[in-house]
Amino acid sequence: MNAESQIAQAMIVCLSAVFTNNILLTYFLGMCPFLGCSREVKTSLGLGFAVIFVLTFTCMLNWVTYHYILLPLGLEFFRFILFIITIAAFVQFVEMVLDRTSPLLYQKLGIFLPLITVNCAILGASLFMVIRDYSFIVTIGYGLGSGIGWLLAIIAMAGIRQKLANERIPRGLQGPGITLIIAGLMALAFIGFTGVLQGK
Amino acid sequence: MILSIFIAVVIVSSIGAALAGLLVISEYFFANYGKCKITVNDQREITVDGGNSLLSVLVDDKIFIPSACGGRGTCGLCKLKAIEGAGALLPTEEPYLDTEERELNVRLSCQVKVRNDLKIEIPPELFAIREYTCKCVDIVDLTYDIKRFRLELLDAEIDYIPGQYVQLLTPVYQGSDEEVYRAYSIASDPNQKNIIDLIIRLVPNGICTTYCFNYLKVEDQIKINGPYGDFRLSDTDAPIAFIAGGSGMAPVRCILHHMKNTANNRKAIYYFGANKIKELFLVDEMKMFEAQLNDFQFAPVIATPEEEENWSGQRGLVTEAVQQNLKNASQYEAYLCGSPGMIDASIKVLLGLGMSEEKIFYDKFE
Repeated sequence: MNAESQIAQAMIVCLSAVFTNNILLTYFLGMCPFLGCSREVKTSLGLGFAVIFVLTFTCMLNWVTYHYILLPLGLEFFRFILFIITIAAFVQFVEMVLDRTSPLLYQKLGIFLPLITVNCAILGASLFMVIRDYSFIVTIGYGLGSGIGWLLAIIAMAGIRQKLANERIPRGLQGPGITLIIAGLMALAFIGFTGVLQGK
Repeated sequence: MILSIFIAVVIVSSIGAALAGLLVISEYFFANYGKCKITVNDQREITVDGGNSLLSVLVDDKIFIPSACGGRGTCGLCKLKAIEGAGALLPTEEPYLDTEERELNVRLSCQVKVRNDLKIEIPPELFAIREYTCKCVDIVDLTYDIKRFRLELLDAEIDYIPGQYVQLLTPVYQGSDEEVYRAYSIASDPNQKNIIDLIIRLVPNGICTTYCFNYLKVEDQIKINGPYGDFRLSDTDAPIAFIAGGSGMAPVRCILHHMKNTANNRKAIYYFGANKIKELFLVDEMKMFEAQLNDFQFAPVIATPEEEENWSGQRGLVTEAVQQNLKNASQYEAYLCGSPGMIDASIKVLLGLGMSEEKIFYDKFE
């Protein structure tokens, strides 16, 4: 495949990761911060951008690790462990650098990094990119798209929850109960995107 | 086969080690904040290595801030006031702080990173809780199943509110293969800040009481932590009715000492319930309090004294004595201490005598 068609495919994959194959609402990955940190739009916005950043870069990093270390050595079965290690090290490193070099960026983005190190959406995206045999350029698109999809979902959720904050919700449904129902309804709504795009 | 597994493990481990090494090196360059000084409540200064969360450095220093999520910013329990040096409020904290708290500089200590010198304020009761190493200096038999243990604090003094309790760490011994904590009310004179008296009743098969009765010897070292609890004397002028039997005397004794120390003139009567005369103890000391306090009366009540013992005092259950003798109960404040059964029965009687519920304070020994 030439570079041009690869970029085109990357864009399709990116869009499909945002809507039709939303990592959160279709695969239900990354639920913990999705439920825990979606009380305010502002907070979830920061968290969402952190996820975009980490997803994109760890996908790239793990693509390189997989294709240049694990495959040549015949150690593909170790990818779970190695991906986790790479992600954790990367996140830790970025947090440290941000903290020291840019207080503003650290406050907007850095503080969320430790919260999403062990987010399964991050590892999930890296594993999907291996299963689906994406090229490097397509992987960038996929990581970016997954992150944007996650951001979209958590902002929508936070918006709904903020609206609901002053509503009278039956006592048994308050808190996690109504949140899970909202998540389910949102997932149903996102199914409506199926078929719009034929990305892999 | 074996060789390939071996090689695979070595390769993966070395990749992990390389990344860890990279992190250690970068931590040295980037996350090295040097020594930072934390001033707590203007009283104590702690010097720590910068770079960690405030919560974790405080815990390392044995200042225990409550936290349920382990520092991930999802429970909102680890609040404290950061007066200086904590930087701007972080988005991760915002959902847990209301406007009033924000104005008071309340922060989540798990999200605040120690980068420079800090000045913080934590609730005094959290600040005061710590571990003390003590030496047992005296063991006295009070009755056939109650002893008084006097502990001398070796490394520090303890400040507590009379009525509070400490937890005693029972070490591993023949009767128990794990360390357990048990709570006992402080019975000593609060003016003696390096002495803790505990009045302990032997519980059959109790891990801690068996240890104290059969294994703990004078000169032994033992660890306690505290103080805890909100059982305490109110600062009104209402007359007081103490109701406590057995080892429930411990906090009452402490409060009586405190009343003596502070020349508190409140009228007080102490109903002490027991089954037999042999279960009475520290009567001399109570007589002493009667003499030294302005208006204090010790009223022991014996349920079933032996015929030949000639008990001239009140007979029956402690609740019956209260029912008959406590006049104008609605003006009194009641302080109850002891078994849940006794306390529940007493509360019933006191409410029946017209005492309002908010004037009844109790410490259930469960």
